[in-house]
Amino acid sequence: MRADRDDGKHGVNILLTALSDPATAVSFTVEEWDLLLRLARATRLLGRLAVCMEEQGLLSQVPPQVVEHFSAARVFVDHRQRTARWEINRILAALEGGDMSLVLLKGSAYILAGLPPSRGRLLSDVDLLVPRELLDGFEQTLLGHGWESVKLEEYDQRYYRTWMHELPPLSHPERGLEVDIHHTISPLTSRLSPDPERLIADSIPLADSRLRVLQPVDMVLHSAVHLFHDGEFINGLRDLVDLADLFQHFGKQANFWTKLVDRARSQGLLRPLFYTLRYTKRLLAAELPASALAAADEGAPSGLVLHLMDNLIEAVMIPEHPDFPRHRRVAQWLLYVRSHWLRMPPLMLLKHLVRKKVMRWRQRKSAVRALAQGNR
Amino acid sequence: MKLAELAEETLTQRLEGRGILLQTGPFTVRINSGVEGFTQLLRQFYANFPVVSEPAIADFHMRLTMPGGIRRRWRPQVLLLLDGQEVFLPFPLSHAFPLFEWGLNWCIAMQAHQYLMLHSAAVERSGRVLLLPAGSGSGKSTLCAALVNRGWRLFSDEFGLVRAADGHLIPLPRPMPLKNRSIDVIRDFAPDADLGPSFHGTRKGTIAHLGTPAACVEQSGVSAPPGWLVFPCYQPSVSLRLEPISKPQAFIKLANNSFNYQLLGLRGFREASRLVGNCDSYILSYSNLEEAIVAMDRLAES
Repeated sequence: MRADRDDGKHGVNILLTALSDPATAVSFTVEEWDLLLRLARATRLLGRLAVCMEEQGLLSQVPPQVVEHFSAARVFVDHRQRTARWEINRILAALEGGDMSLVLLKGSAYILAGLPPSRGRLLSDVDLLVPRELLDGFEQTLLGHGWESVKLEEYDQRYYRTWMHELPPLSHPERGLEVDIHHTISPLTSRLSPDPERLIADSIPLADSRLRVLQPVDMVLHSAVHLFHDGEFINGLRDLVDLADLFQHFGKQANFWTKLVDRARSQGLLRPLFYTLRYTKRLLAAELPASALAAADEGAPSGLVLHLMDNLIEAVMIPEHPDFPRHRRVAQWLLYVRSHWLRMPPLMLLKHLVRKKVMRWRQRKSAVRALAQGNR
Repeated sequence: MKLAELAEETLTQRLEGRGILLQTGPFTVRINSGVEGFTQLLRQFYANFPVVSEPAIADFHMRLTMPGGIRRRWRPQVLLLLDGQEVFLPFPLSHAFPLFEWGLNWCIAMQAHQYLMLHSAAVERSGRVLLLPAGSGSGKSTLCAALVNRGWRLFSDEFGLVRAADGHLIPLPRPMPLKNRSIDVIRDFAPDADLGPSFHGTRKGTIAHLGTPAACVEQSGVSAPPGWLVFPCYQPSVSLRLEPISKPQAFIKLANNSFNYQLLGLRGFREASRLVGNCDSYILSYSNLEEAIVAMDRLAES
């Protein structure tokens, strides 16, 4: 049992070390490389690691077998990024003739704006922010051009439309990439209530002016809300890496940090900002100005909650040894419940969780079977 | 060291403990197993394959286990974990070996994007590779098994791995799974063929594996350039036809028989173009294996 524990602990160190400082990886042993590849793949960060090591000219010092995995991972990342660009191209084509512009969020924003988190980033879907009054028309346009709703259960449809900050996801059957259309950045029932109109009004056009991205401080705050209040910790470490990249990139701009704290305060987002600063520093050794850390302390939870969060976040963000999983699932579930606790009243939460549990139980078998049948 | 050099008992212990690192073509696979009956079949079909000495990096991590609870005794099952993840539903315990083979194919197809991966059998003669790209039911595996029985060197009955640097095919010898009627066809064609046990009622019907000739395993480090692209099409009671097809036609058919052509983007287009450019391409319609072998032998001699 002790050996298992040591292995788990060791995994913690090598992935975070390699992400914070890729140069350290060149002195890894063969066993460490074996584990690092598995952990990086499980956290969807293998492509990222590959790009960073290549940028720093380290590939010649890496075992040849690892270089093979790096090239394979980059092929996959490039494919996903290309697919996302194409999906956005198709959405613009569907909107042809109108004067509507799209605000890109998260992965697609980083990629289309050429920001550092796009390096080797494995994208899972396209996220868009659309003004609430244009939402229906936009959804109808896409449905009219062949996109279809992914969530077909009536309960899911109603849940999204009544309570969530996004529509039930759409995808085009010829391409399959999921398009998430948000009208604000946190659920309607959530205790956070940032103003989406201000986010859109302050967004910045890209070279193709029909596309926009959030201004830097809002980009950070949106990613922070998404990470710490959305319940999806599956890609948690990758999302935290995004944020560390954004801090490093925008942190050089004059007044970025004061603007960030001010904006968080005025939008009521000091709590997620506090968490973001805390965990990018703790887990990824992000270099952050002391003044920003001190200012964001205003958003800190009570000591007890913070202690709990520290444990839960580390448990879900840091992958365990793949052969010795232990408490990750429990922590993941607790954080899932927490994120729902933040977004809906207790009775509704209870009903929702029971409902989802039953649906998942029914879907599980068919999902695993579908996955197995889709591949030989 | 070859797998056969490990005594069955030692192998079982290793599989239950740290696992073994099996080399197949360019890939190293860590295998763990606590499943009865699997050791013997692994030993039978991978006897000549190298076991890599520790420590080494594994490309894939595969673990066969038995789910606990009631299913341990009542209709016992086997579960395959790929890198700790449960990707497939459990199989009946007696199907552990086909599950392992299937899982390894899945790992390769999902991950090895450093190669253009063709859905194709590949066999070599006089330094050039004959590619037989086709989907299931086209007779690709049967034809491949027959060619290997008549002296062609097996690269793979499922994967045409194209190396980016030089466009060479990379050998990936493995046991060849024959399905349903193919099993008897090969038994008739080559009564001395090294056929393993039949597994009935799998997702693809009855499956029996044909062993890999030792020489093919020994030469699995030797790559070769593509020579011929032949799209096989088995049709009952048709007389043999080997029709040349144009390069654009061959290109489309090749791209449609690939695991990751689209995923590779521009590189996929370039590599498939280079391959088609370097090969004569044909459609082979056949019903008689002997005739098909003669046609392929002639192709190699011309």
